[in-house]
Amino acid sequence: MMQPGLYHILFVSAALFFIGVFGFFTRRNLITMLMSVELILNSVNLNFVAFNKYLWADKLDGLFFTIFVIAIAAAEAAIAIAIIINLSRNFQSIDVEKTDEMKF
Amino acid sequence: MSGADILFYILAAIILGSGILSVTTRHIFRAAIFLLFSLIGVAGMYFWMQCEFIAAVQIVVYVGGITVLIIFSIFLTQQAGEKLPEQTMGRQLFAALAAFCGFAFSMLHILKHSFSGTSKTATEPTVVNIGNHMLGIEQGGYALPFEVVSILLLAALIGCIVIAVRSKTPTL
Repeated sequence: MMQPGLYHILFVSAALFFIGVFGFFTRRNLITMLMSVELILNSVNLNFVAFNKYLWADKLDGLFFTIFVIAIAAAEAAIAIAIIINLSRNFQSIDVEKTDEMKF
Repeated sequence: MSGADILFYILAAIILGSGILSVTTRHIFRAAIFLLFSLIGVAGMYFWMQCEFIAAVQIVVYVGGITVLIIFSIFLTQQAGEKLPEQTMGRQLFAALAAFCGFAFSMLHILKHSFSGTSKTATEPTVVNIGNHMLGIEQGGYALPFEVVSILLLAALIGCIVIAVRSKTPTL
């Protein structure tokens, strides 16, 4: 085992990204799909911070991208949950294969 | 192997282990709790990289905000104690294959690439430095994206209210 560095963090974030992709492919429930998207966004944030720390330590741009991604992820989660609640009210289900109409 | 190295491997194990459990468990509430642990692990990784402000934002927004929002929406939409339906073997197999192939492909490329960083003196990621850069309007300042994101958040909140509000007349 080596001293953990940039490559180790990239390994962790790539693994986390593809765990999220796996969840997004297999899940058929909207809330669990949203959770997978959160995992994907977190792996991207981890990448930004790691590149900022190990490669361009004289700048702070990676940290700002992380902060903006977190803000947009919060907005996205709020919108997604509003849509999910609306769907469950109209269809009594949040399974993506049962919600097959766009408009009543 | 120093204590920091051991801490890194523990954090990586927490992140990946609870991430895998979060996408494979059939109890949706347990999935939310495992997601919570994975997000806490990511916050710990930010602490390990000495970005305390980002770690604090991660804990406040993700762990304190988004996870609680997800748990509330589970309560509002799911029957308590109900398991998610069984998944077909073929779909799981192909999803695992696709994820593994993508992971192997990107790791091969990352390991082949040698990153060359800068050797300039590091800017400490303190709150003072982050605040000065984020609201700066000179070259490299982030005042405009900051304002755009605040407008986006406002629009998103109004949109949530418009979508989720219950109409007076029954739709069905």
